[in-house]
Amino acid sequence: MTTTEQVSLASDRPPYLFPPYRSTVLRAPKRPLILLPHRLSRLAGPVFGDGQIGPLDHDLTRQHAGEPLGERIIVTGRLLDSEGRPVRNALIEVWQTNAAGRYAHARDQHPAPLDPNFTGAGRCLTDGEGRYRFVTIKPGAYPWKNHPNAWRPAHIHFSVFGTAFIHRLVTQMYFPGDPLLAHDPILQSIPSPAARTRLVSTFDLTVTQPEWALGYRWDIVLRGPSASPMED
Amino acid sequence: MSLPATPSQTIGPFFHIGLDVPGTERLVSPEHPGAVRIEGRVFDGAGDPINDALIEVWDPQGARFGRCATDAEGRYHFLTLKPVSRPAGGTPAEAPHLHVSVFARGLLDHLVTRIYFPDEEAANASDPVLTMIADPRARATLVARSEAGSLRFDIHLQGEHETVFFAL
Repeated sequence: MTTTEQVSLASDRPPYLFPPYRSTVLRAPKRPLILLPHRLSRLAGPVFGDGQIGPLDHDLTRQHAGEPLGERIIVTGRLLDSEGRPVRNALIEVWQTNAAGRYAHARDQHPAPLDPNFTGAGRCLTDGEGRYRFVTIKPGAYPWKNHPNAWRPAHIHFSVFGTAFIHRLVTQMYFPGDPLLAHDPILQSIPSPAARTRLVSTFDLTVTQPEWALGYRWDIVLRGPSASPMED
Repeated sequence: MSLPATPSQTIGPFFHIGLDVPGTERLVSPEHPGAVRIEGRVFDGAGDPINDALIEVWDPQGARFGRCATDAEGRYHFLTLKPVSRPAGGTPAEAPHLHVSVFARGLLDHLVTRIYFPDEEAANASDPVLTMIADPRARATLVARSEAGSLRFDIHLQGEHETVFFAL
């Protein structure tokens, strides 16, 4: 095992090199990562996108003339630092496939229909208690060419800014009970089963809106405590 | 209380839908005095350009943030200012640098590196992070090269010219 992996491979973090996910083979660094002194890695991080959020940016079902096809869902949760403190006013960006498992992206050419009423991108800022909320449709599973008969489980991509440079997080949220989770090398790259579970949302009847949308809850915990503006 | 962190997953090849917003590669306007163009290409271990990477740069002193997706030839560019060097209490001052995050399909977690500036030889020679890197060739991967009217900073995820990356 290389030093690179020793640095990065706490059992709840994916390694850079994970051959079952084929694209890692030529993209994982082979030299050891240099561990930055604590003082330098705890820098206050970028605050991005504040003031650029439109009133409908959190609602992926209302960005076109008509409504998208699929199962309408609400996805909500809290953004917390490692001390359990809410991270307020933080930008969360999401992107996903439509209900048929197709991305509105030129490079996704697999034979599933596009939905003219669904782009699949959203953004919001967390509120005073660190809460975010998106309204969308449930994304579909889709085939990919990683290995024969490979399918990605349904997921929503999340990009998250916190208050420290170390907080920056790009990840994927999955859905409970999806039989594809056990077969997905991207999720399975995380060594610890408990850590993998942290990427799976929970169905929550209290989040549903009767006669209208199902509800899923997913909290996001960033690495390390919040940076105080005084520290930098 | 210490909560376990939410693990990272790859940004995948389709992030443009949500993250590729035109203009975010400009940290300052082209008319800004001292505006400098930093450009480069991103390569994999076979030496092939990576056309689905997202590069983010962060200048904490100037509170400037930028984002650029690579094009079909693996190219990215930013328009920014050279950050001011910051005297750190009781330790040697860091040379001017930008913090860089690299996201791509095939990167299960993002990579972190730094862009240093070629006209800061003295400051670079005593920078507390650059001096942690013993191999001068590896150290040189963190310093942009001067080209006509711009700075060049290529990023090699793997291979003979592999860029130095940092663990946080």
